[in-house]
Amino acid sequence: MSNSGTKTEPPPAPAVRRGPLARLSPGDGTGALLKRAAATGGLVAVAIAIALIKSGSGLVVWQSVVTGLLMGGLYGLIAMGLTLIFGVLDIVNFAHGALLAIAMFIAFGVVQGTGLHPYLTLLVAVPALFLIGAVVHRGLLSGTGGASLENQLLITLGLSLLLENGLLMFFGAEPKNVALPGDFQFSLFGAVVSGARLYAFLGAIAIGALLFWLLRRTRFGTAIRAVAANGPGAELVGVNVRRVHTLTFAIGTACAGAAAVLAAPLVTVTPTLGEQFNITAFVVVVLGGMGNVAGALVGGLLIGLVEQLTTIYMDGQSSLLGVFAVFLIVLFLRPQGLFGRRS
Amino acid sequence: MTGTTGITLTGRPGAGAARPVKAPPLRPQNRQLAVLAVLLLVAVPLPLVLPPAQGAVAVRILIFALMAVGWNVMSGFGGMFSFGHAAFFGLGAYTSAYLLVEHNVSPWIGMLAGMAVAAAVAVVIGYFAFRYRLQGAYFALATFAFAEMLRLIVTTTEFTNKAVGFTVPLIRGSSLWKIQFAADSPAYFWIALGLAGLAALVSILFLHSRTGRYVTAIRDDEPAAASLGTPVMRYKLMTVALSAAITAVAGAFYTQYYLFVNPDLAFGSSVSIQAIATVVIGGIGTIWGPIVGAIILGSLSDVTATLLRTPPGFLDFLQGRSGLDVAVYAVLLILIVRLLPKGIVGTIAARWRR
Repeated sequence: MSNSGTKTEPPPAPAVRRGPLARLSPGDGTGALLKRAAATGGLVAVAIAIALIKSGSGLVVWQSVVTGLLMGGLYGLIAMGLTLIFGVLDIVNFAHGALLAIAMFIAFGVVQGTGLHPYLTLLVAVPALFLIGAVVHRGLLSGTGGASLENQLLITLGLSLLLENGLLMFFGAEPKNVALPGDFQFSLFGAVVSGARLYAFLGAIAIGALLFWLLRRTRFGTAIRAVAANGPGAELVGVNVRRVHTLTFAIGTACAGAAAVLAAPLVTVTPTLGEQFNITAFVVVVLGGMGNVAGALVGGLLIGLVEQLTTIYMDGQSSLLGVFAVFLIVLFLRPQGLFGRRS
Repeated sequence: MTGTTGITLTGRPGAGAARPVKAPPLRPQNRQLAVLAVLLLVAVPLPLVLPPAQGAVAVRILIFALMAVGWNVMSGFGGMFSFGHAAFFGLGAYTSAYLLVEHNVSPWIGMLAGMAVAAAVAVVIGYFAFRYRLQGAYFALATFAFAEMLRLIVTTTEFTNKAVGFTVPLIRGSSLWKIQFAADSPAYFWIALGLAGLAALVSILFLHSRTGRYVTAIRDDEPAAASLGTPVMRYKLMTVALSAAITAVAGAFYTQYYLFVNPDLAFGSSVSIQAIATVVIGGIGTIWGPIVGAIILGSLSDVTATLLRTPPGFLDFLQGRSGLDVAVYAVLLILIVRLLPKGIVGTIAARWRR
């Protein structure tokens, strides 16, 4: 997924802490952005063409593309929360997947306990995850103890181990299912699409749009972007930075909560399922540019495609292998992500 | 990862037995070597004293210590935060298991081969990571991705028996050459002790060698070190290779002791996390931190297992459930990072110096 136009020189300084305001929106010059989007689109087209030649069946490839894009929407939503947390707080949140698993178990528990429609558990899971996120940030990550990058990484790593094994202790390892009542399937130009998948995709896009609107069009979103760009500066003009940090972290985990509910009917729910989503979300975040919310959505769609095409390219290999290969190429050649700005 | 060095610029000479201070260059090294010798002497008769069940715990502690010493060389002394040491552990385990099972090669030679393979792979990974200047979270994620890719490849390759892995063929009687003894034989402990002692010795010598000083200088201020003419890339790669080789020994011995290895046991992310947690709890960048962390974490899973076998009343619902040991060490990890960011050894050493 590298960009052929930029291969000539190694990327400059690593993109770890650089003008994060730009990272919240695709802030490049429009021309460069278009060029990169075109290059990415070209690569995707080539990849699909190769898949066509390899499999020899248009239907197989079309089914993969549809499934990949639909799943990619969900990856995008999960990654949006992760990338928001990184862009504003500079925290690499390893507990994101475990929090997602918690939300799935909340959805499972509510559906089991009350017989509510699975999607209505959004009303429980999202506020719950928002609250958990706020508590985690206040209790574990803010203040001096969580200062350095490694420490935050270790704390979130410990938290993810704790949550995962807590779920394992209380619910056991048996996989569970959240059935969607009245699920149906339909054919989209030959590709089979289940209603649950389509709803998940549309829900992810809608929540992504909501998040984007929050960031771009509200006072609070402006405060978030101000803190991301320059914390001390924002503090000087009267923004309560600590509160913005906590709320941003909570919004990020709430995204994971929403994604979990939408994804619950599509997967078997196990305590360790967050791990794989977490890995994929990291890849998406790096691909879209750390801190770039719109990039995360596009990156999610791309990774959804990569996963599906990998299974066509390499028979019998795990779809994650292709995801990691793309990940390393992006890390090496464009650590600022496909849509990040070069400094 | 700065601030918790083995080499420090402050402090009075003669303060703290386990803590190097700036002084005539050889002294802290000699003191650490003396402590190591005493520790080894004390540990040698342990398997004759301990009940057999505790003997297995002791061997596990030594395997943890090997991994932790290896991780500490790269991430503690070198400041390159690796999230993928499972790659090197797994390469050590698989190389020696493959050579033994398919070609009947002694695990000792397999261990050396595993060290070489792991070091070579580490140099390749390191070269790309440094060449493209990955730092912080990006470096950690890249090493993680490499380890996971190896796990996926090993899981789906015929050559490595796919998801099944390797089972060490049993021999009749015991043999030092094949590293195989009766299950409760103290020989396993002594071999592990020898390997862990050797690893600790190497890490002490490395820290005080010219290379080690360059490496800590690069960790503390890379541009400054580079501007003084230190060949940064070469020393970083040497550190990474040494770290990988030590970790590979842990993998090879693990296979011999448990007689079995599969992709998840060898390359799973829990292996990397184990190495990290051990050192962080003990104290990053200290000589004795990995050992202290290994003793704590190694005995922890035994304590929780005992607890679950005969749970007290309020824990009754946990009987037969798994996960408690990891949950406890996760809590420990969070508490240590929040309250003692230098780890146990680092904090004690800092107190002592004051």
